[in-house]
Amino acid sequence: MAYAFDFSSVLEYRDILLAGTGRTLLLTGIGAVAGLALGIVGAVCRAWKLAPFDRLFAVYVEFIRNTPFLVQLFFIFFGLPSLGIQLDEWQAAIIAVVINLGAYTTEIVRAGVEATPRGQIEAAQSLAMTRPQIFRHIVLPPALAKVWPAVCSQVVIVMLGTSVCSQIAAEELTFAANFIQSRNFRAFETYFAVTAIYFLLALFVRNALAYAGMQLLGRRTK
Amino acid sequence: MNDIALTDIIRNLVDGAMWTVGLSLTAFVLGGIAGLCVLFARIARHALPRRLAKGYIEVFQGTPLLMQLFIIFFGGGLIGLEIPPWLAAALGLTLFTSAYLGEIWRGCVEAIPKGQWEASASLAMTHLEQMRYVILPQALRIAIAPTVGFSVQVVKGTAVTSIIGFVEMTKTGSMLANATFQPFLVFGLVALGYFALCYPLSAYSRVLERKIHGSRAH
Repeated sequence: MAYAFDFSSVLEYRDILLAGTGRTLLLTGIGAVAGLALGIVGAVCRAWKLAPFDRLFAVYVEFIRNTPFLVQLFFIFFGLPSLGIQLDEWQAAIIAVVINLGAYTTEIVRAGVEATPRGQIEAAQSLAMTRPQIFRHIVLPPALAKVWPAVCSQVVIVMLGTSVCSQIAAEELTFAANFIQSRNFRAFETYFAVTAIYFLLALFVRNALAYAGMQLLGRRTK
Repeated sequence: MNDIALTDIIRNLVDGAMWTVGLSLTAFVLGGIAGLCVLFARIARHALPRRLAKGYIEVFQGTPLLMQLFIIFFGGGLIGLEIPPWLAAALGLTLFTSAYLGEIWRGCVEAIPKGQWEASASLAMTHLEQMRYVILPQALRIAIAPTVGFSVQVVKGTAVTSIIGFVEMTKTGSMLANATFQPFLVFGLVALGYFALCYPLSAYSRVLERKIHGSRAH
């Protein structure tokens, strides 16, 4: 007997899908802003060799980039309470995303910071600019502009990765999918529809970030 | 139930790590073969295979690996196939790997100067001969470093297969954490296990990259 596809049984739960989509976007948004900020701090420490933070960030980057996001999430959510740090599922998810993205953006932004021509820094020093001023006005804007496409890709990868946050019962889009398919018994249709939503979200996030980059960093971004 | 000794925990995790390694190797080898097909389609002369390959890559790079696994796992039931977790895991990761490797390798092939194509065409080589004798040998040289780098993503990707019930290192860790009530220790060890698998690959990829940039400078 041929299988009859029934997507209307998924549509019935559109409120839950919408809420899940919103939470996935919110998680990604908070993670992207805080993760990029962490990455910028890490990039300065690494590129300008600010001891002892350069070493600390080097270890942090290697450790995060060589372990799966799911394990980082489990460690934060299930492991940290042993140390007396109790986190609810959203706190754990946000912290995991920020820590994960921070490690990748440290390396990405560092490449941009290191590409700053020496002459520009020397010129800024001769104008009696302080080191923070030089970083804020001379080094950071062109560095971010240079690596912005890589930052966008990484945020999209992290957004797709947040689907595993459903495993600690953070009620994002994948959690919504699991919930819906447990109600309507239409696993394939539900996951297919949610996969399509993720695909559109990835397109949206990529374009929104490219637009934001153009607004913030001006004509330097391609 | 704290009577599970540390050595037992470690022994179980090592058993799980074997499945992680096995799944990674399977996905990487099969994904590499499939990725080669994606690459050939992606740089074909006709527009149709090019577009199909582009769509294939965009779908796999634009959706979560977990969703891909769910669709394979539950989709098999629709056509009357009972797909066990290990098969869904291997199939899902293979497709995922092939999309990424196909795209990485396309970049390497396109980095070969146009003159190489023109010169080999002027020697009356067919498209396949050009690829086999002129383009791929040169592209291979620059492809090794990013390919080894991507293998880290494959190893990390296998952790997601624990969610569909494949018992590898992460799933073993979850079960041990539940049995021992020592999640901090167990997930810490799991993380160290992944680090031990992935760090050598990352470091090797960086060495290879430096080598290539070094030889280009001369």
